[in-house]
Amino acid sequence: MDDLYQDRILDHWEHSPFRGRIEAPDAVADGYSKLCGDALHLELKLNGDRIAMIRFDGDGCIISQASASILAERMEGKSIAEAQRLDGPQVLQELGIPLSPARVKCALLALSVLHQALGEVEQERESNGVA
Amino acid sequence: MAVTEPSLLKVEALRRQFPIFKRSFNGKELAYLDNAATTQKPGIVIQELTRFYSESNANIHRGAYALSEEATAAYEGARQHVAGLIHARSVQEVVFVRNATEAINLVAYAWGRRNIHPGDRIVLTELEHHSNLVPWQLLAQEREALLEFVPIDGQGRLDLAVLDRLLQQEPKLVAVGHVSNALGTINPVTEIVRKAHAAGARVLVDGAQSVPHQPVDVTEIDADFLAFSGHKMCGPTGIGVLYGKQDVLEAMPPFLGGGDMIRQVQLHESTWNDLPWKFEAGTPHIAGAVGLGAAVKFLQGIGMQAIFVHEQQLLATLLDRLQSLPYVSLYGPSDPAEQAGIVSFTLGHIHAHDVATVLDRHAVAVRSGHHCCQPLMERLHVPATVRASLYLYSTEHEVERLVQGIQDAARIFRLDRAVRGDARG
Ligand SMILES: Cc1ncc(COP(=O)(O)O)c(C=O)c1O
Repeated sequence: MDDLYQDRILDHWEHSPFRGRIEAPDAVADGYSKLCGDALHLELKLNGDRIAMIRFDGDGCIISQASASILAERMEGKSIAEAQRLDGPQVLQELGIPLSPARVKCALLALSVLHQALGEVEQERESNGVA
Repeated sequence: MAVTEPSLLKVEALRRQFPIFKRSFNGKELAYLDNAATTQKPGIVIQELTRFYSESNANIHRGAYALSEEATAAYEGARQHVAGLIHARSVQEVVFVRNATEAINLVAYAWGRRNIHPGDRIVLTELEHHSNLVPWQLLAQEREALLEFVPIDGQGRLDLAVLDRLLQQEPKLVAVGHVSNALGTINPVTEIVRKAHAAGARVLVDGAQSVPHQPVDVTEIDADFLAFSGHKMCGPTGIGVLYGKQDVLEAMPPFLGGGDMIRQVQLHESTWNDLPWKFEAGTPHIAGAVGLGAAVKFLQGIGMQAIFVHEQQLLATLLDRLQSLPYVSLYGPSDPAEQAGIVSFTLGHIHAHDVATVLDRHAVAVRSGHHCCQPLMERLHVPATVRASLYLYSTEHEVERLVQGIQDAARIFRLDRAVRGDARG
C-alpha cells in the first residue's frame, strides 16, 4: 500500500512548494476531472522560450494534486518545446506509483492542463506574429 | 422495530449460496460493501437464467406452441412473485422495465406529459438520486412547470414543515425516494403520501433502496407509483419494475410504441393492449424477469423483515465503530431508527477516492464519489464521500475489515498523527 501513497507523494500533496499563484502570469488554464471532481488551476510565467515558473492551486484527490506538484518541479526552467513533448507515459513514470486505469486520469489531469496553457501561449504568439 | 433481537439469518450459510464470494483479491477474501450500487447474485438466480435459456426459451405472448406458452408462463409467473412481494392488488399493476431509472422516466413521459401543464408544480427533495431528478427537470423544461425541493437538515432528514408549505401550493406530483442511496435516510413515505394525497397530488416513490431491504407494502404506503431495480435485490441487471395504481396506469397514454403493447393496429391509429402490457412494447427482458422472479422467491424465503433486522443490527455496529474513530465524519442520521444500511463518511480532509483506493488494497469494496447525488453533495459541502452499504449476506467480519482498512488509511494519510496534534493542524 505504501508503494502508492509513499512519503514523497504525500509530501508533494501536503507541502508542495509549487502551490500558489503568480503575479501577472503569462498563461493560465483550468481542468476538471469528473471521476473525483478534481479541480486544478495552473499558472505559468515565461521567460522567452522557457517556463520560468509554474504554480498550481486546486482541490481533489492526492494523486491529482501530487502529480501537479511533481510536474511543476520537473518542468520549471525547462523549454516550452520540452514541456510540449512531455507525454502521459513519462508523467506516470515520474510519479512512479502503480495506478489503476481510473486513477491514471487523476494523475494525468495536470499534464493536460499544462498542455492547455501552453497551447494558449502558442496561439497568442502566432496571432502576434512571434514564431 | 426492535433492532436488538438476535439476527434471524444464518449468514454464513447464505453466503455460500453466492458463488462470487469464492473469489479473492490480492489473496484476500472479498468484503463487498457496495450493495447500494448493485448486489451479488445467488446461485439460484444464475441457474434460473441458464435453465430458462436452456429449457424454456421462446418469445412470449405470441406463439401458439407449447414452448412459447411455457416461456409466457415463466414471465408472467415472475410478475406474480413481484406483485406478491410488494402486495400489489393485481398483476396488472406491475410493469416490467429495465431499471428504476426507466420506471421513473416512463412516468415522467407518459403520465407527466398528459398531466403537467405550464405553471404546475412538482415537489422533489434534496436527497434524490439523479434518476429521480433529471427526468423531472426534462419534463419541467418541456412543460414549463416548476420544480420545488424539500430541504434536509444537517443530518440528512427531510424538513417536513417545508413539505407542508409546498403542498399548500397544490403541486401535481410529489416524487420522493424511500431510502436515500447517498445517506441512508429512511423517509416517512407513508406520511408524505397521505399529506400529498390530501393536497391533491400524485406521488411517486423511488423504492430502489427500500424494496430490496425491507418489507414494502404498496397498499400501506398508498403511493401512486413505486419504482425499483432487479439488480439491487439479487436479480439480474436489465430488469426493473414500475408499480402503478391500476386506475392511474389505465388513464395514462403508452410510453413506447411497438409490438405487444397494442390491441389492434391500423395504418393511422392503434388501440392499446390491457395493463400491464400497454407499457411493455417490444420483446422484453424475458429471462431477466424470470431471474428476478427467482430472486424474489429467494428473498421471501429468507423473509424481508429478517433481512431488515439483520442489516439494522449490523448498521448499529458499523455506526458505533465509525463513531469511535476521531478522524471519521459521518453524514446522515447516524441512528438505525432513521437510517437503513447505508453509511456515508469522509476521513479528515482526505478525498474519498484516496480512501477507497486504500480500502481496495484490503479487498474491501466501497463506493466513493457523489453517488449520483451531486446537488446533495453540494448541499453537504463535500465533493465526495465514501459509502459502505450492507445486504443480507454482510457480516460483522466485513464491518471489522472495513474499520481496519480505514485505520490503515488514517495511518497512511497521517491522520492518526494529525488528531493527536503533533503533525498538521
Ligand atoms: C435511490 C436510487 N434511485 C434510483 C437508482 C437508479 O437505479 P438504476 O441505475 O438501476 O436505474 C438508484 C441506483 O443507484 C438509487 O440508489
